[in-house]
This record gives sequence, C-alpha cells and structure tokens, in this order.
Amino acid sequence: MAIRRGRGVAAINYPTGMNLGGDPTQALVHSTPTGNFMVTLSSVDLGQGMKQIMAQICAETIGVPTDRVVVDTADTDTGPHCMGTFASRGTHRAGNAVIQAAREARQVMLEVAAEELEVNASDLETDGQGNILVKGAPQKSISMFDVALSAHFKRGRSISGRGMFLIPRSYPEKETGAMKPSTCYAHACTVAEVEVDDETGEVTVLTVKNVFEIGRALNPKMVEQQLVGGSWMGISHALYETTEPYYPNRDHGGTDFNQYLMPGPGDLAETEIIVLERPSADGPYGAKGPGEMCANPQIPAVANAVFDAVGVRIDTLPITPERILRALKAQAAN
Amino acid sequence: MAKVPVQFTLNGSEKAEFVDSGTTLLNALRDKVGDTSPKGGCHQGTCGACSVIIDGELRLSCLTLAETCDGAVISTTSGLSENGVLHPLQRAFLDTFATQCGFCTPGMIMAAKVLLDHTPNPSRDEVVEALSGNICRCTGYEPIIQAVLTAARANSQNAA
Repeated sequence: MAIRRGRGVAAINYPTGMNLGGDPTQALVHSTPTGNFMVTLSSVDLGQGMKQIMAQICAETIGVPTDRVVVDTADTDTGPHCMGTFASRGTHRAGNAVIQAAREARQVMLEVAAEELEVNASDLETDGQGNILVKGAPQKSISMFDVALSAHFKRGRSISGRGMFLIPRSYPEKETGAMKPSTCYAHACTVAEVEVDDETGEVTVLTVKNVFEIGRALNPKMVEQQLVGGSWMGISHALYETTEPYYPNRDHGGTDFNQYLMPGPGDLAETEIIVLERPSADGPYGAKGPGEMCANPQIPAVANAVFDAVGVRIDTLPITPERILRALKAQAAN
Repeated sequence: MAKVPVQFTLNGSEKAEFVDSGTTLLNALRDKVGDTSPKGGCHQGTCGACSVIIDGELRLSCLTLAETCDGAVISTTSGLSENGVLHPLQRAFLDTFATQCGFCTPGMIMAAKVLLDHTPNPSRDEVVEALSGNICRCTGYEPIIQAVLTAARANSQNAA
C-alpha cells in the first residue's frame, strides 16, 4: 500500500453555439441625446462579463470610449431575440450582432457629422475618444456629443442600428450523416499530476497545467479569470461533483451544499494557465467562446493521470475513491 | 403572533424593527432594514454568502435569529466604504478580478475582514482557513485568496 504518482495529458476541441432550430442573436444600438450609446440585448450576464465585452465591442466598432456605452440586458419580454447565454455562445453570437448594429449606427453618426461639417461622410474618421474628424484635416472635427444633439434636435435622425447574427440550422447529409452542428472551435490541452492512495482510493491533484486557444482574448484579465475558475471546475467534475453518485439510482445524491461536494479553497491544485491567441475568422474581433471548454480538458487529464498512477481506467465520473478501490480490487482479482 | 422589537447598530446607524419571532437576521436585514448585501445562498449555514460581523465575530446571518441581536453591533459589506472610498478589501477584490457573478463576494469579504482585523498579515494558509466556510462557484478561489493577501499588503503599507 502506497501513495502513487501519475501524470495525464488530454487535449480537446470545443464548439461555440449549438444547432437546434438555428442559433440567432439580435442586438439593437442607439445613441442617447448626449452621445452615449445604448446596446440592447436579451443575452444574460451571469457574471462572465458579457456586459463589459459587449460594451468594448460596441465602442470599438463605433469609435468611442468604452465608458460611453451602456449595455442593457434587462428583459427577454421586451429585448431583441437571443437564444441565451449557454454553449459558450455569448461573446461570439451576441458580439457579431453588436458589431452589425454598431456599424449601422456608426454610419448614421457619420452622416449627421458630415452634414454638420459640410463634408462627405466617407471622408470622416473617429479618434476613439468621442470625436469625429475629417481624414487628413483633424482640426476640422465635431464631438459625438454635438453630433447627437444635432441628430436629435435639428435633423430628426435616430443614430441607431440593428444587428442580427444567425448560424442557420445544419441538417445531416442523408448518405454520410455529415453536418456542421457548431462553429468556431476553441482548443485546450491540460497536463495533470496526481497522487493516488491505493489503500483509500483518494486522489490529490498536485498540479494542472493548461493551455487554452480561445481566439482573441477581448479582455485578457476576464479571460484569465474564467480560465482559472474553469480549471478548478474541471477538477471538481473529475473528482467530486455529482447529483446521482449511483446514477440512475438517486440514492446518496446530494441534496444541499453540505452533501454536494466541491473542492474548497484548501483543496486547490497548483494551477498554470497559458492563453494562445489565434483570432478566429468569424468571431467578433477574432474571439471564440472560452466559457465551457475551459472546464473540459482537466477531466480526461485527471482520468489519465489516475491510470498512470495505479493502472486502473475509471470511465465514470466523478472518479471517487470508491470507484478506484473497486477497480483496483477487480484488477487484483484478474 | 406578537411582533418582537429589536434594536441594533448596523454599519454605524441605529436600527429599530418589529420582527416576527423566529425571523432570521438575514431576512430582517434584507426585507425589513433593506440591506441586501448579505446574500441568501443555502439558508442552512453551509455556503457562507450571508456572513456578517456581529460584535466583532463572523456569524452566519441565516442561522442567527434577529431577536437575539438586540443591542448588537452589526457590520455588513454595504457599510464598508467610507465617503465613497472603497474598503481595501473591496478595492483588492476589484483589482485582482476576484469576483465573477458576485453572489459569494459579500460573505467572502466579511470573512476576510474578520481575519484581517485579528491577523493583519496572514499567511496563505490562514487566508484559506478563514475562507473555508464560504463557497464560490465561479472563481476557483485562487483569485479570492490573492485578493485577501493583496488587501493585507495594502493595509500594512498604509500602516507603515
């Protein structure tokens, strides 16, 4: 009986969005009378930072500072249509819709500015600070504030835009079954080191080293935040969490936070996160969906590390001490 | 049933309420006083989201009856900032991206505050111990541990 060490590696690719009846998200953008921009969405910010990212995308597209953009995700009864925040689709689907809406709004903004400056709209550019300038003659400029006032009170224009991003439903080919159920794959690889006590079956994760390829990180600190949390969740899925430990039997299923096991702050493995940015062709400013995929590679990596440590292959999650001990017993019997 | 009068000090202000006997401090704070910074996660003392400080000690407001708090001095996260300046712990949670959905954050901050009040320069293990009664689903804890250590460093620099 001994503590045995093992190392496991796993790599995944992971899609963005899903293929039920098509995968649409709409966005609406409009300016207020003072030249701030409002993004209206039905997509939900669960804490992953949707509002911040959509504000950045809108600001980048229109050419104003991010703090001039307000994102309202208030209400699916009244907002534009979104399939929802799941399937790692928020940034990709809503982001593309926001770009489309913001481009339309930007065009109106430039048209109004062109009338005020008595130039052609195609000769205008934005400075990213809330001003619209004549290309090559930046001394001739107008602030977004004045453009909005002009549009609202003088010219009767609505500086607004509509965005609709739809991935159409994909049907399988009859002959081959081939289809395109999702788009824009993110990738990850994890190496996990574990110790397995072959007397108790207990697994301790020593280190997890993760590399994530997530397109462009639109907000690097928020991406890192999701990846660190996701890596922890992956270990939690691998070793601890289940609502039905004897599925499909409900016996011994956790009914509250006392019984539903998750690793606490004292159970953390040494975690390393490396982000590779390979901008995606169809993503908003190159982004993919980092959300769910970041909690996936740790699971097979831990399973492989357990196999490396004690030679048993556990194919049911979570990899509990009981399952390891039963497998070790079966292995000894053979 | 007769209501029970309760008076306590919340974040420096006197509060007086009539509550139903058996009302938890969590519900009294949220529904009567209107301080929604303590969160109701599990309502059975296992998640820590409702943590508040009562007479200097960290307590679970979901397991504390309001009527036992008569005369108590209670602190919650909503009273931490002063004149619009965030408490060093709040500042550190923001700066180190230690919050995602934010539901556990008020409880985490109160647990950390009690730690730093008693142990201004805690070790990592002491931080882990202090946070071990609080569940977080989003962050994987590491950013929270780092936030508390960052706040402790900021405090000691200010004191020096």
